[in-house]
Amino acid sequence: MIRTVNLTKRYGKFLAVNQLNLHIEQGSVFGFVGPNGAGKSTTMSILATLMEPTSGHAYVGGFDVTKDPDKVRQLIGYMPDFFGVYDNLTAVEYLDFYAGAYDIPKEKRPALIQDLLELVNLSMKADAYVDTLSRGMKQRLGLARCLVHDPQVLILDEPASGLDPRARIEMKDILKELKAMGKTIIISSHILPELAEMCDTIGIIEQGQLIALAPVDQIASRVAGHRVLRVKLLERAQEAYDQVHYLEHVTNADVQENTLLIHYTGDEAGQVALLSKLVQNGLPVLSFAEEAGNLEEVFLTVTKGVGS
Amino acid sequence: MQKYLGFQVMNPVLVKEFRGRMRTIKTPLLLAIYLLVVGGITFGYMYLRYSNQVFFRPGESKELFLILSVLQLILIGFVAPGLTAGTISGERERQTLNILLTTHLSPTKIVLSKLVSSLAFIGLLVFATLPVYAIVFLYGGISPGQLVGVFVTYLVSMLLFGSLGMFCSAWFKRTGVSTVLAYGLSLFLLGGTAILTLFLSEYISMYQYRTYGSHVGFPEIFYFAALNPVMNLVSVFEPSVVMLGQSNGTSAAQAIPIQPTLYYALVYVPVSALLLFFSVRMVSPVKKKLFRKAAR
Ligand SMILES: Nc1ncnc2c1ncn2[C@@H]1O[C@H](COP(=O)(O)OP(=O)(O)O)[C@@H](O)[C@H]1O
Ligand SMILES: [Mg+2]
Repeated sequence: MIRTVNLTKRYGKFLAVNQLNLHIEQGSVFGFVGPNGAGKSTTMSILATLMEPTSGHAYVGGFDVTKDPDKVRQLIGYMPDFFGVYDNLTAVEYLDFYAGAYDIPKEKRPALIQDLLELVNLSMKADAYVDTLSRGMKQRLGLARCLVHDPQVLILDEPASGLDPRARIEMKDILKELKAMGKTIIISSHILPELAEMCDTIGIIEQGQLIALAPVDQIASRVAGHRVLRVKLLERAQEAYDQVHYLEHVTNADVQENTLLIHYTGDEAGQVALLSKLVQNGLPVLSFAEEAGNLEEVFLTVTKGVGS
Repeated sequence: MQKYLGFQVMNPVLVKEFRGRMRTIKTPLLLAIYLLVVGGITFGYMYLRYSNQVFFRPGESKELFLILSVLQLILIGFVAPGLTAGTISGERERQTLNILLTTHLSPTKIVLSKLVSSLAFIGLLVFATLPVYAIVFLYGGISPGQLVGVFVTYLVSMLLFGSLGMFCSAWFKRTGVSTVLAYGLSLFLLGGTAILTLFLSEYISMYQYRTYGSHVGFPEIFYFAALNPVMNLVSVFEPSVVMLGQSNGTSAAQAIPIQPTLYYALVYVPVSALLLFFSVRMVSPVKKKLFRKAAR
């Protein structure tokens, strides 16, 4: 449904998106994860026909975003990371305006708008002026706005950012509902766990490059059995690294000053063996702690080398 | 046809603009101030002029009509760019333009709707001053042809100044910058062109005295003078204005090569169209190539 081929965008000399290749199946939910400034919004603007790529191509539903923008616009509902609302319009008028902008006949609008407001839990705010709504409500109204022309594809740029936990949960529930409706969704966030439970595929982007891409269910089990062992040494951390990095169940190891971080997928007995090996070799182990893996770190380890 | 023009009589942008405009206190306030200025100056002038006279002379009513018309034109020159200079940049600043561009509304439709809604409002302002006109018209001395001339000049000027503001608004990201530039340009059109034309006229006269020892005249000055909205409007009543005494021996009326109002429209309607064309291009995120590049 969505495909990018060597998509590249430069702002002057600055490379914001670098040779991005994505493929998103119809009906699937793609989570686009990366730190601020990674190029997520840029990619999504290009997909939403709001920006021309410097090179490469992007297709939505088989249509090229620069050659057939009108066809693409028909297919997509786009929610930017930051958007404003018009003051002196009520929620109903706001949606009515966009319904008109999508050429939806007047007589169909009232029922449609009522359904949309219900979907995003804003029925009670139907006649409230949009500039009086809370941020969470505005965000949900924006989502309803994306849906007025019943698009097949939703491009949602950080829809949950800036929301309080309760509003986040509400947003997540609505998105799950949309997923159940069979929409193809590309959704971005700078926080991975936020997306993990509702996406089919996760792609991680950093400095404009896709560094990891994997189906969520395929890695979920591996993520579950994944631990990070933090071994603090007095000295000779590098030596410790040499001793463990090749062991079975050690997926990755990292030296940070006098600390050795071991990504470990084995059982507890193996963990004991690992520790005793270090001690027996005379390494000055100061402490040995197990921490739940940072999902992002874990994800990167598990999918190492997929994107490149 | 409508489809090709990218425009419908009542499209959603227009509906929303009208709705929004009629909901703020700004609209009646602006209307009231406008009427106060136009009415106040007109009636003030009438009072000062006629309070100690027993009867009116039609010629003097013509003078009043002229003053009223010029005043209104200058107000159009300031209100029109002021209204349009914030339209596109305002949507940008409000972060609503991007969303609008992903809908079925084409950039052409967006730009034209914004223009029409602004012009409709100026139309309302001008329409609201009709009673003032009617009173002045009652005194006589004005032909219906002159009245048509005045309103055609108004229409073209509204389009011109409106497009000018629209262009600035599409060009600059900030409404502040756009407004300042739009006012600067309309000030130049209203005043600057007049000053330049006068300088040009003076220079040519001087040059002719020096070379030929006499003043031969330079009827072509019309093409410059008639570009100034105020001079053009005044020429509806006093045709000699646009000749600046450069008639080349013949009378001013004979020397005028083309009906000034017509000339005004022939120049400024295409100029406005061009300004709007570039506005639309600047608003379009994915530009259609003007000239398709040869395939490489
Ligand atoms: N209009 C622009 N001009 C110049 N640089 C830009 C522009 N928009 C974004 N950038 C830069 O491009 C990079 C990617 O931005 P963005 O796509 O917004 O990242 P993200 O959405 O992942 O946070 C950032 O470093 C940002 O500073
Ligand atoms: Mg972003």
